[in-house]
Amino acid sequence: MHAYANPLRFQRIADAIRPWTTFLALALFPVGLVWALAIAPADYQQSDAYRIMYVHVPAAWMSMFTYLVVGSGSAVALIWRHPLAEIAARAAAPIGACFTAIALVTGSIWGKPMWGTWWVWDARLTSVLILFFLYLGYIALYDAFEDASRGARAASILALVGLVNIPIVKFSVDWWNTLHQPSSVLRMDGPAMAPSMLWPLLLMAVVFKLYMVSVLLVRIRTETAERRIAALRGAETA
Amino acid sequence: MLAVHDLVSARAGRPVHAPVAFDLAEGDALLLRGANGSGKSTFLRTLAGFLRPAAGSASWQDRPLTDPAWPAALHWISHVNALKAGLTVRENLQIGAALAGGPADPVAAADVFDLRPLLDVPAGRLSQGQRRRAALARLVAVPRRVWLLDEPGVGLDAANRQHLARLIDRHRAGGGIVVAASHGDVTLDDPLVLEL
Amino acid sequence: MLALRRPGEALLPVLFLLTGTVLFPLGVGPGAETLARIGSGVIWVLALFAVTVGTDRLWAADLEDGSLEQLELGILPLELVALVRCLVHWLVTGLPLVVISPLLALLMQQPPAALVALPAALLLGTPVLVMIGAIGAALLVGSRRSQALTALLVLPLQIPALIFGVGAVEATTVGVGGTVAYLILGALLLGSLALAPFAIAAALRLALE
Repeated sequence: MHAYANPLRFQRIADAIRPWTTFLALALFPVGLVWALAIAPADYQQSDAYRIMYVHVPAAWMSMFTYLVVGSGSAVALIWRHPLAEIAARAAAPIGACFTAIALVTGSIWGKPMWGTWWVWDARLTSVLILFFLYLGYIALYDAFEDASRGARAASILALVGLVNIPIVKFSVDWWNTLHQPSSVLRMDGPAMAPSMLWPLLLMAVVFKLYMVSVLLVRIRTETAERRIAALRGAETA
Repeated sequence: MLAVHDLVSARAGRPVHAPVAFDLAEGDALLLRGANGSGKSTFLRTLAGFLRPAAGSASWQDRPLTDPAWPAALHWISHVNALKAGLTVRENLQIGAALAGGPADPVAAADVFDLRPLLDVPAGRLSQGQRRRAALARLVAVPRRVWLLDEPGVGLDAANRQHLARLIDRHRAGGGIVVAASHGDVTLDDPLVLEL
Repeated sequence: MLALRRPGEALLPVLFLLTGTVLFPLGVGPGAETLARIGSGVIWVLALFAVTVGTDRLWAADLEDGSLEQLELGILPLELVALVRCLVHWLVTGLPLVVISPLLALLMQQPPAALVALPAALLLGTPVLVMIGAIGAALLVGSRRSQALTALLVLPLQIPALIFGVGAVEATTVGVGGTVAYLILGALLLGSLALAPFAIAAALRLALE
């Protein structure tokens, strides 16, 4: 059982951190929401309809960030075979898939009044859709084997292959003429957004990140417990 | 030369047997015995380098088994015969020899197990015993120091088991090492015995 | 070194593509304009499916008969073996698709420029599809899971090849000059040739455990 020695230490740290991230996420969420929906100024072109951005953009950022979590967990899992890395990557995947789905749906809702269409096959939307399918494929592959270790590492290989998609998602709006607007925040020249809109956006991003960390830690705890149960059951029958 | 320190092999993440330790020098043989499912194949596969051990280590000529010198020093014979059904015995032996980096002389290899008349028969049309003999012929086609054999004699008749035993003896006399898992299908002369 | 003498299997993707291309006008209606507009895309999608059908069990036989173990122990790096195996497989299953594509272009009422553009794009793109399909096949080899899962896994990764493949053909036929699309296809090809073998070998080693 030497493999579980390290995760115990991790679990203790995680259990210490989680109440704080949860509290902060819950506390800051209403602040961010009110700021975003009420206090931030209306856009001169889109008036109040743009406010869905405060959910759409952080969700999109998180969808990519979470994939990087899955990707780095996968890399560690493959190179060092650390079971915690395997668990963390698997735990993060559904969270990322949800964020991607939220980004796609909110984007679609925003797009209808703005662009006149629910969907368009431009580079940004297509690459985010690919990201979504990559998440689903990762989860399906991970769970496709009786041997959890093989599933974990097979999925890790897939996750690493799919990492190619992340820069494409990020830069798709710059490399191609897309209906989706170009980057306005994370750019070489600095954000092109008014501070009165930028701050609530960043706050919402922080809230989403805290939320993601909290949920991730809970999921890691659950997955570790599940693995332990499976190992014990296996040891019984052996 | 082949040293194993407290090795524990694992299947699907779970250790399969108690720690094993031995040291094999030139000419030595190790016989792996145990009931079905006791982990003989898993142990052999860990030794061959397909699986990572759950604990302990092993070394070949003082280098870890992950060193490329190890796969280059061994012959691996598993339950399945690694023969391409669509290719003839001769072609299979040639490919096997090429993969092992040696000159391809399938005729000499075939002679050991009386396979010469079958050289140009597609492997798919051979009987079980004939296929096993063709698989074992690989041992002779290219010389390698260590032979890892997983139940090599299964499917062989008494005469061919004699051939195999003599082959193993000749190999050991020449300084080779043999590790074989067996249910009694192969006879070794004065081997180290490991019960799993 | 790895002689493939199973001609029956090789015909399957070609027949699939041919049948599919014939079915489309029958289903969609033979209106020349519709077919001309969607033709190159349809052929590309069918080619993608055909490749998927063909690469599914690429590694299964080698795993089952024990050859894969010998390959891993052999003197050749497994990555090289994977690359060669994929390329030979493409020659047998992908190249025929390229060769019959002008015929299919005619069936789909494509303009004359497409008769050159389509095979050219497929020539660059089908190896990419094969290599990516091979990654999926290697990840799931030996598993009892259905082939549909393999297809779903690799589909997101094959989409860029599809998009640029069709883009190249359409740009050429419209006269806009599809140089960029061809270049990107070429880049995808080089990228997958360089990187896919590593993923495939890693997956195969995993399967041997």
